[in-house]
Amino acid sequence: MRIKQLSVFLENTPGHLCKVCQTLKSAGVNILTITIAETKEYGIVRAVVDKTEEAAAALKSAGFFAKVVDVLAVEVEDRPGALLSVLARASDSGLNVEYMYALTRPNNENPVMVMAFKDIDAAEKALG
Amino acid sequence: MTQKWNDINGDFHPASGMDFLPREHLRKIQSQRLSATVKLAYENVQLHRSRMDALGVKPGDIKTVDDISKLPFTEKTDLRDTYPYGLFAVDMSEIVRLHASSGTTGKPIVVGYTREDMRLWETSVMRCLLMNGVRRSDFVQVSFGYGLFTGGLGLHGGAEALGCTVIPASGGNTERQLMIMRDFGATVVCCTPSYFVHLIEESKKYGVDMKKLPLRIGVFGAEPWSERMRAFMRENANIEVFDIYGLSEIAGPGVGGECCAHDGIHILEDNFYPEIIDPDTGKPLPDGEEGELVITTLAKRAMPILRYRTHDITSIIAEPCPCGRTVRRIRRIDRRCDDMFISRGVNVFPSQIEAGLARVEECSTNYRIILERERDLDRITVEVELLEKYFADSLPQLDAIRKKIQASIMGIIGIRVEIRIVEPNKIPRSEGKAKRVFDYRKI
Ligand SMILES: [Zn+2]
Repeated sequence: MRIKQLSVFLENTPGHLCKVCQTLKSAGVNILTITIAETKEYGIVRAVVDKTEEAAAALKSAGFFAKVVDVLAVEVEDRPGALLSVLARASDSGLNVEYMYALTRPNNENPVMVMAFKDIDAAEKALG
Repeated sequence: MTQKWNDINGDFHPASGMDFLPREHLRKIQSQRLSATVKLAYENVQLHRSRMDALGVKPGDIKTVDDISKLPFTEKTDLRDTYPYGLFAVDMSEIVRLHASSGTTGKPIVVGYTREDMRLWETSVMRCLLMNGVRRSDFVQVSFGYGLFTGGLGLHGGAEALGCTVIPASGGNTERQLMIMRDFGATVVCCTPSYFVHLIEESKKYGVDMKKLPLRIGVFGAEPWSERMRAFMRENANIEVFDIYGLSEIAGPGVGGECCAHDGIHILEDNFYPEIIDPDTGKPLPDGEEGELVITTLAKRAMPILRYRTHDITSIIAEPCPCGRTVRRIRRIDRRCDDMFISRGVNVFPSQIEAGLARVEECSTNYRIILERERDLDRITVEVELLEKYFADSLPQLDAIRKKIQASIMGIIGIRVEIRIVEPNKIPRSEGKAKRVFDYRKI
């Protein structure tokens, strides 16, 4: 399933992530999952939230670079080799995973992986 | 210290004679030379002639050094605007050497020397080396870069004129530098201070004990450095450490040097006349007051320079020096009055960084330059903001932009800078002239 993800450019310094969260809180945005990819000096905060467009607008007006990007949410069965079969399908279609992380799920349902691809349309076709 | 402090008593070299002239005698020489220089410049260089005409000054009005303040200033931009040979006062057939320094917009500044100018330059460097206690029996390793840069060949010429055994090592290749230093038995080394600190730090790795080398004197220049670095070098290499001052627009290294009193730099003022001016008004300031150093060449023929604005901030020390020299001293230079900074021996203008950024479409040209010194090596960091439309949700892409900016700047200034991509509007916008350079080097 194609979902919207929020991506925010962030300097790797104390307090900056707080400011992002503060901005989201003020905009009444609930965070479902949040993850950070970082280098020594900067990083990208990626989040799945309930109101993506509002969140992006709020962050932009607070002075951040914020972007809404399409990613795939792929349900993976809770058994050995399940993720492998998903990845194998992607790889067979010549698709490279740019990054991925697990979506936090409150219940005992199957895990859901958030996966980013360069060609999201092809990925959606291959992984559904 | 004491056994080295003997360049006056019993160990006098005739070339040092001009360092010790009675002031009135020196003044007479300066006045004569100034008149001749002004005449040469007026008669042969369009720029000087039109500037003097505009001020209504004729060569005949310049009779003594006190008349110097009637003369127009020369700016670095004048050398660039007349690139390459516009300020030469003699026929090209008389020029025996060209050197060049890096300019702001790619065009270098070209300087030329006649045969006599070369001798003058060599003698000037020699006088500085003599001040440092260098003698003809010394083995002098010149680890400044050779080439268009005046550092390498300048020190080389002076040391050779003095009769030393010169080792033209040039810059770079740490392991080889240390090997040569040890195996050739260098007793004097000339390079940038940060490079020598680097050599000290690397020496252990190559199994060289700097304290056990015959090395006894270090002559350092081409970038600002501190008493703290001096102490570090003394302690870790067991050498006496001296500053040498110069700028290629005037002659290269050898405009002035530090004597064994280690209290300021003697300007060889029979050849290079120093003035201190208020950088804002251009008014001359009395000895002792801090301002911008302005230098007039008194004996150069190929390229006489009138009142060159160095943008270096210092003051003249008029009090007699314990070494007995009568040529006046300036305080060691640690600041400049424009934004240009010197790092790793290279002059860098913020406008060069800006030009590098302008060639990369992903970034804005709002930037800051942070200068730091880590373990005595300079680090230049350029903070820059991305343009929003180029923010992609990908770290590799951000890294590619960073490298692109880095390569673009390196292509202009020739040295590597770190690039830090910062959040939008992180760099404060300012009205008028933005402060671009933040120098946190503890020097
Ligand atoms: Zn002295």
